[in-house]
Amino acid sequence: MTILTAENVACQRAGRLVFREVSLRLDAGGAIVVVGRNGAGKSSLLRLLAGLLKPLMGSVRTEPSPDDRQRLFGYVGHNDAVKPTLTALENLVFWARLSDRREARARAELALEAFDIEALADLPGRILSAGQKRRLSLGRLLVAPARIWLLDEPSVALDREGVRRLEGEIGRHQASGGGVVVATHQDLTIAGAETLDLEDHRPGQRTAGG
Amino acid sequence: MRALWHLIRRDLTLVLRSGTDAGAALAFFVVTVTLFPFGIGPEPEILGRVAAGLIWVSALLATLLSMERLFQADYEDGTLDQLLLAGVSAEAIAVAKIAAHWLVTGLPLLIVAPVMGALIQLPTGAYGVMIASLAMGTPVLSLIGGIGAALILGARRGGALLALLVLPLFVPPLIFAVGAIDAAALGLSPRPNLLFLAGLLAAALPLAPVAAAAAIRQVLD
Repeated sequence: MTILTAENVACQRAGRLVFREVSLRLDAGGAIVVVGRNGAGKSSLLRLLAGLLKPLMGSVRTEPSPDDRQRLFGYVGHNDAVKPTLTALENLVFWARLSDRREARARAELALEAFDIEALADLPGRILSAGQKRRLSLGRLLVAPARIWLLDEPSVALDREGVRRLEGEIGRHQASGGGVVVATHQDLTIAGAETLDLEDHRPGQRTAGG
Repeated sequence: MRALWHLIRRDLTLVLRSGTDAGAALAFFVVTVTLFPFGIGPEPEILGRVAAGLIWVSALLATLLSMERLFQADYEDGTLDQLLLAGVSAEAIAVAKIAAHWLVTGLPLLIVAPVMGALIQLPTGAYGVMIASLAMGTPVLSLIGGIGAALILGARRGGALLALLVLPLFVPPLIFAVGAIDAAALGLSPRPNLLFLAGLLAAALPLAPVAAAAAIRQVLD
């Protein structure tokens, strides 16, 4: 079953055409790896799929989830949304509560364990390292269940063990019928992943008035 | 609604942990009001005549001072993206941030205002009306300031821009509030001015969050 479709999408940032005629189909349990040079528009594509950006042309359609407690998109971007004055646990509990109040604390603790940062639970966000913040940010995917994960360079700053845990969680997410779109430069081991190369969608010319 | 409450609670926690913004606004208010007797001179008649204006202009500048970073941190660290994807509307985000802002800046001003009034010889009969005008007026300041804070997101040197955008809009609440306090000090009825102030609050309450939300969506796109 297809859960996310994009048709002929073009994206414009600051008057410059970034990519055009991008089409993709994500099935339940599927994965798409988006590759391309720096500035090819990988981050823009993910934000566009999430609905945070509007496409210049084309359309993005999503299939509503059968489970109404599950939200549509879980997004991990370059900004980790980790509050410096809240502890690691409090950071996650906030997002857990926002999606579902029941057992929010227990779910947050489980997410910390999943990314092996339970020892940091009581440390404020301000003193976490970049990799630890990234693990915390990935933990958000687990406390607020979403059908489609949009991961923008999720392995940046992660050590080998962190990447292994990320791959494990992606696999579990796929097995439970979720889909994943990952923009990455590193090789992540993801079962059944299709590759979308944004180099094939480079615009030939600039747009008028840009 | 539930999201609103979680957001307000989180914002209050964040402010109480870091303390700087809210504390700075209150300290600014106290210090500014305290400076006026030095500048104008201690004569009770002169001070009493301008006391209402002094309290209100100081409150207004204190609000402005604390407003600049209202949405900034959440914008920069990606929290705004995450909230929108979690299904929280931009309007709800605006309402929650503005409400939290008022609770940590407007409310404390309200509490210390009588003390500051005494310091600058506010006429005895005007205290009740001053409290009433601040109770209705400071939420208006926070609401209007919220629009400005959302509009300057992503701009460099936003602070000066914010003052230019927002200060003209602060004029109506200032006029009606000071009018009400002056009327009470002269033994006249403050009612018409207070009603106008209530009208401003009634208009700003639904409109400002919508405007702020539109600005937030604009800057994220």
